[in-house]
Amino acid sequence: MSNFFLYLISIMILVFGALTVTSHKIFRAAIYLLFTLINVAALYFYLQYEFIAAVQIVVYVGGIVVLIIFSLFLTHRVGFDLPEPSKLKMFFTFLSVLFAFMFCYSLVLGNEFEQSSSVASSVSINSIGRAMLNYGQGGFVLPFEVVSILLLAALVGSIAIAFKTKKT
Amino acid sequence: MTKTKMNNYSYISFVLIIPLMVFLITGLFGKKLPALSGILGTVGMLIAACLSYFAAYNYFMVGGRVDGLYPTVIAFKQTWLQFSPSLTIDIGIMLDPISVMMLVVVTTVSFMVHLYSIGYMHGEERYSTYYAFLSLFSFSMLGLVISTNIFQMYMFWELVGVSSFLLVGFYYNKPSAVAAAKKAFIVTRFADLGFLAGILILSFYSESLDFQTIIHRMMDSNSPIFMNANAASFMGVSALTWALCLIFIGGAGKSAMFPLHIWLPDAMEGPTPVSALIHAATMVVAGVFLVARLFPVYMQIPAAHDLVMYVGAFSAFFAAVIACTQTDIKRVLAYSTMSQIGYMMFALGVSGYWGHGGLGFSASMFHLFTHAMFKALLFLGAGAVIHYVHSNEMGDMGGLRKKMPVTNAVFLIACLAISGVPPLSGFFSKEEILTAAFENNKIIYAVGLVTACLTAFYMFRLYLTIFWNKPFPLSEGGGHEVPGDVHHSEAPMTMKLPLLILAIATLVAGFIPFSMYVSADGTAFESEFHIIPALVAVTAGLIGIFTAVFLYAKKNDKPEMISAALGGLYRSAYRKFYVDELYLFITKKIIFNFISTPAAWIDKNVVDGMMNLIADVTGNLSESAKTLQSGKISSYVMWFFAAAIVLSMMIVYVF
Amino acid sequence: MTEMKFILSISFALFFIGAYGFLTRRNMITMLMAVELMLNAVNINFVVFNKYLFADKMDGLFFSIFITTIAAAEAAVAIAIIINLYRKFKSIDEDDIDTLRW
Repeated sequence: MSNFFLYLISIMILVFGALTVTSHKIFRAAIYLLFTLINVAALYFYLQYEFIAAVQIVVYVGGIVVLIIFSLFLTHRVGFDLPEPSKLKMFFTFLSVLFAFMFCYSLVLGNEFEQSSSVASSVSINSIGRAMLNYGQGGFVLPFEVVSILLLAALVGSIAIAFKTKKT
Repeated sequence: MTKTKMNNYSYISFVLIIPLMVFLITGLFGKKLPALSGILGTVGMLIAACLSYFAAYNYFMVGGRVDGLYPTVIAFKQTWLQFSPSLTIDIGIMLDPISVMMLVVVTTVSFMVHLYSIGYMHGEERYSTYYAFLSLFSFSMLGLVISTNIFQMYMFWELVGVSSFLLVGFYYNKPSAVAAAKKAFIVTRFADLGFLAGILILSFYSESLDFQTIIHRMMDSNSPIFMNANAASFMGVSALTWALCLIFIGGAGKSAMFPLHIWLPDAMEGPTPVSALIHAATMVVAGVFLVARLFPVYMQIPAAHDLVMYVGAFSAFFAAVIACTQTDIKRVLAYSTMSQIGYMMFALGVSGYWGHGGLGFSASMFHLFTHAMFKALLFLGAGAVIHYVHSNEMGDMGGLRKKMPVTNAVFLIACLAISGVPPLSGFFSKEEILTAAFENNKIIYAVGLVTACLTAFYMFRLYLTIFWNKPFPLSEGGGHEVPGDVHHSEAPMTMKLPLLILAIATLVAGFIPFSMYVSADGTAFESEFHIIPALVAVTAGLIGIFTAVFLYAKKNDKPEMISAALGGLYRSAYRKFYVDELYLFITKKIIFNFISTPAAWIDKNVVDGMMNLIADVTGNLSESAKTLQSGKISSYVMWFFAAAIVLSMMIVYVF
Repeated sequence: MTEMKFILSISFALFFIGAYGFLTRRNMITMLMAVELMLNAVNINFVVFNKYLFADKMDGLFFSIFITTIAAAEAAVAIAIIINLYRKFKSIDEDDIDTLRW
């Protein structure tokens, strides 16, 4: 039964992903992206990482996709078809991408992964929160701080970039 | 050598250090205080001269003889480069009779020239540069004469060449001066190639670069080293002979011996005091000094010794003939210098080694000494004349004796000295040379005698044309516009004083019993005074003088008639026997056409072609690489993606 | 184990779908979407490795959290750039924006 869910989620991810990159209508592409991301969140649920799934939905679905759609409205008259890339280019890109995929897939298949024998630790929100602000062993307070500074920089930077400059 | 008689000569190093310091100071800071640089240079040279007089006094009078010989003193010696345990290049100071004598000559003349230049070069734009070069020259010349080591000598030899180049080309905005400097440099450099090759051969066989060691090893005809050097032969001539001949080529280049003399007359483009210092008294006798330095070795090889003799004699005669026809006063003096150096050379050539047989050697050194004095005097006098008349041409001069009484007097003294009129210094030295030649080689003696006659003739031709002949200023026919009364006094005191000092030196230097101090093997001998050869020599000189008086005392047309009568001979002598043209022919026609042109072709087409090919390939590659950078993000991404795949595949499968 | 490899193959497939989109699309916003897909594929990888190989640790989780954060920052900056470019060129087609060369 659980395998059924896994296969379903996987098929949804791949189908919506493929539609995202091939759709001719840009707004539809954004919506397909939204579905893909939701399915990825579903995959995290399947893996019983609820917190990651929540973050995925909040940040990606709620943040980034909305941002993208917002910018679409700013720059596009939605509803026009996107110009289709040349068939030749599509073909060769598809071939090379397929080749790269086969290469990576063969690596994964050929590799013997070694499972850690230790007992699985709980990944409750509580423990994640403690680990994130812990500066001792297994703590992530330094990357947390770095990322927060990065976010601040990105915030300031994007405002600075998008700021209307006087025409020179 | 006993300890008690040893003197400490380490102060001699100051004789070198002072000019070097003056060179550095005036060269670096002279522009700020131009007037000071002249005084600094002059005072420095005065101190150096005093030190070398003191050294000479100590060496000859206080130190005196040890076991009948003047000792060779190594005042200072430092190993500089060690090639092998036996072969080292040292830097040192060696004092023996000839180097002490040369110290005195060089510092004296250099001091005079420094002093004289204060007046002569006054107001010159590059006054301090001039003094810097002059000090550099003095330094290198002094370094040359006190070298302990043939390689040290070679280094200073080249330094002398460089400073001479700088001084000859001092008026660098004058094309003829630049050409002359280049010519002097190239010709002497060419000769120095021979010198270097000779040094290498000599040191290879004698396994030493040190003068004393070389001489010591080569003196013994039975030593294995000498046998080895003499046995090894190349083109039928022994290696040692080759070495000595090549070294002589170097000496001949610096001393302007035929056929490497062509640079000397042109080098007169430099300032006149420079000519007095470099091209009369010091640098050009470096070749004589070199042969004298290696004299014991030359004695061992008759072929090389004879080469010195014949080249010297021929140059003496050849230059004297040319000097008779030249009209530029400095050129006349240049050829006269060449002729007198020829005298010194053949005196060395006819000289023996032991005892009284070494008369030629002593005479040569004596002549070097006296010649330095009176030839410097002549040049400085000529400088005063040029300073006054603003021309080098004898045609523009005449009747200057009333205008320039002092110059007139000292010039006359110098001319009498060089003509060998007793009791002036030139008489004694020339008489000794002729005696030595008479005793050893009659042909050379004859040549020397004729040359003596010619010398007297052309010197008095010069003297009379300048100071007598026509009245001055030349109101008519001279073609030379005399610039009114710009000059009233003949020369400033700084210019007159050296003239007077050198005139006194010329008057009295002949009475130094030279052979008592300087001789080939170091033993003293009394040079006997032979009345007959002396009379013959004086007669030859007087014939020359009277011929000149007859022709040039008053303005007349006899000289033109004679030169017209001599026709081709006169013309070819006037054209310096076409030696320059011959060189030009060889270099331009033969070397340029058959060596340089193909070499230039190869350089232009093959070497440059390779470079151009590389450049073109690079250019084309970058042109095509430029199109890759299209500014299209998708193509960048494509490359990035492809490269990522290739790299990861390489990492997985290859490594 | 096979489940893990299956999910890994899904994530690879998603990644190369993103790559395909990134290479073929010319509209900048769609290219940005493709990048988001690729980032998600990477996230899945981290989470899967954490789940199946190092269940006792949380490094993979934190990686994916930070990547999500950075993706958000990246999207913000990218959209700012895109809007700025649109103002300048009146287009967000990357073929029209070719002054970034030589």
